Amino acid sequence: MTEILNIVNLNVTLKKDPSRVLVKDTSFKLSAGKTTCIVGESGSGKSLTALTIMGLLSNQLTASGHVFFNGQDLTMLDNKAMQKIRGAQIGMIFQEPMTSLNPVLTVGFQIGEVLTAHLNLKGAALKLKVEQLLLQVGIPAERANSYPDELSGGQRQRVMVAMSIACEPALLIADEPTTALDVTVQAQILTLLDELKSRMKMAMLFITHDFGVVSDIADDVIVMFKGEIVEAGTKKQVLENPQHPYTRALLDCVPDLAGKKILKPIDYAWLKTNEVTE
Amino acid sequence: MQEAGVILEARHLVKAYKQRSGSFGFQQTTIKALDDVSMTLTKGSTLAVVGESGSGKSTLARCLLQLHPFDSGDVLFHGQSLTQLDAKGLRKARKNLQMVFQDPFASLNPRMRVSDIVAEGLLVHGLGSASQRLQKVQQMLERVGLQAGDAAKYPHQFSGGQRQRIGIARALVLEPEVVVCDEPVSALDVSVQAQILLLLKSLQKEMGLSYVFITHDLRVVRHIADQIVVMNKGKIVEQGDVNTIYQSPQQKYTRELLKAIPGQNGLVTNN
Repeated sequence: MTEILNIVNLNVTLKKDPSRVLVKDTSFKLSAGKTTCIVGESGSGKSLTALTIMGLLSNQLTASGHVFFNGQDLTMLDNKAMQKIRGAQIGMIFQEPMTSLNPVLTVGFQIGEVLTAHLNLKGAALKLKVEQLLLQVGIPAERANSYPDELSGGQRQRVMVAMSIACEPALLIADEPTTALDVTVQAQILTLLDELKSRMKMAMLFITHDFGVVSDIADDVIVMFKGEIVEAGTKKQVLENPQHPYTRALLDCVPDLAGKKILKPIDYAWLKTNEVTE
Repeated sequence: MQEAGVILEARHLVKAYKQRSGSFGFQQTTIKALDDVSMTLTKGSTLAVVGESGSGKSTLARCLLQLHPFDSGDVLFHGQSLTQLDAKGLRKARKNLQMVFQDPFASLNPRMRVSDIVAEGLLVHGLGSASQRLQKVQQMLERVGLQAGDAAKYPHQFSGGQRQRIGIARALVLEPEVVVCDEPVSALDVSVQAQILLLLKSLQKEMGLSYVFITHDLRVVRHIADQIVVMNKGKIVEQGDVNTIYQSPQQKYTRELLKAIPGQNGLVTNN
């Protein structure tokens, strides 16, 4: 299996106060054609990890460690070199499609921007490629002339998907792409992402807090808690036979569909006194 | 006539919105947010209203509490029509009809102390002296898992889950009979969600509350609800007992909704 991404000892700290470690000694690998889900509560460092890969960390934070993408250490690149990779070889989809899209530009134009910037496509060739991409994500080609507010939430997220895969990236990062969507639309977007991943042999890093989604889409699962990876493994290992007390506690919070399970909130004090973390 | 045990009833509610459409908005289209919606809530039970965005479920919640005027139909609380009450009578009834909102960040005034937020309802209804109110607020805060000392703090000093507890304390301090919860756990992490669901359940038992629970999360519904109303495009598609509907949904729309719940391949539910 081809290794696409290799993160080695990644640390993210606050610039002003380096003792505040937000992501701690994180290492993992991603392979082509596989979906890896990062799960965790808010503040667990899952989104920061994704932003570090993209080189989009806020300037109040610093990252140390290595991010090898196809063998190249992204942390060594300057902004200009990173721009060439971002959007071309690494695509990203964010949670809120309405805030990610520019409301005064047509979606066709916005998808086209990516293609012009990275592949220098123009004119008829550009128009053709935009229409192909829209069809690929299940939107009629004439929708290229629509503005974001004329589309439904699901269609907007499809446009975001079209943009992120426009240059056929080797790695696709999806940060809670379905959290803002209705459950039926969510199911459609998950199917779409899964199909595209298989067809284009991408590595997909999927950030979510929804174990239902994990169970549908993941090959591998990484569980993060307070900036650290507490458990990682295949989906089967992590969901069926969780080893770490935190993973078990988190799974105990997920309501089942038979309505028989007794929900158990996480006992953070217990986790702390038993020195499960820190 | 009402059936025994029915505490809140909606009869044939209709609510339409007019929306500008066409070029330059010269035309109008009418959107029926509620299209002949009838439901009953039994005392001490939980009725979940589920549906996708735009289904009218939040409009229903607001119409039940008369926070939104509706075009026709009626809401009966203990058999008494709320539409026929004057402002004063409605205020009195609202002591027993409270609401918990979705976004714990937007629904608490950032400039008010928690004590004032929670005590506001008591003040409006003229219940107790200042010291009695404070005592009641502190007791309620402790009851929802916060500390009495938190009364002096401001909302920004709390996490999302804690803020939702404040929202619950505000609704329950008046000792209402019916609480309408509009997506009370959708903005929360699954771990915090479990805490809040358990809290709502234990408060229901203790205080004999009846809940109308608006949500789009069908896993949550299974856990909290006794009865369920499935809505789509302003209409009730199907309603009935939760177990019956989950096990054998009669309508195509309900089946599609249930089928779309992620994680049904057994990995999560087995745990």
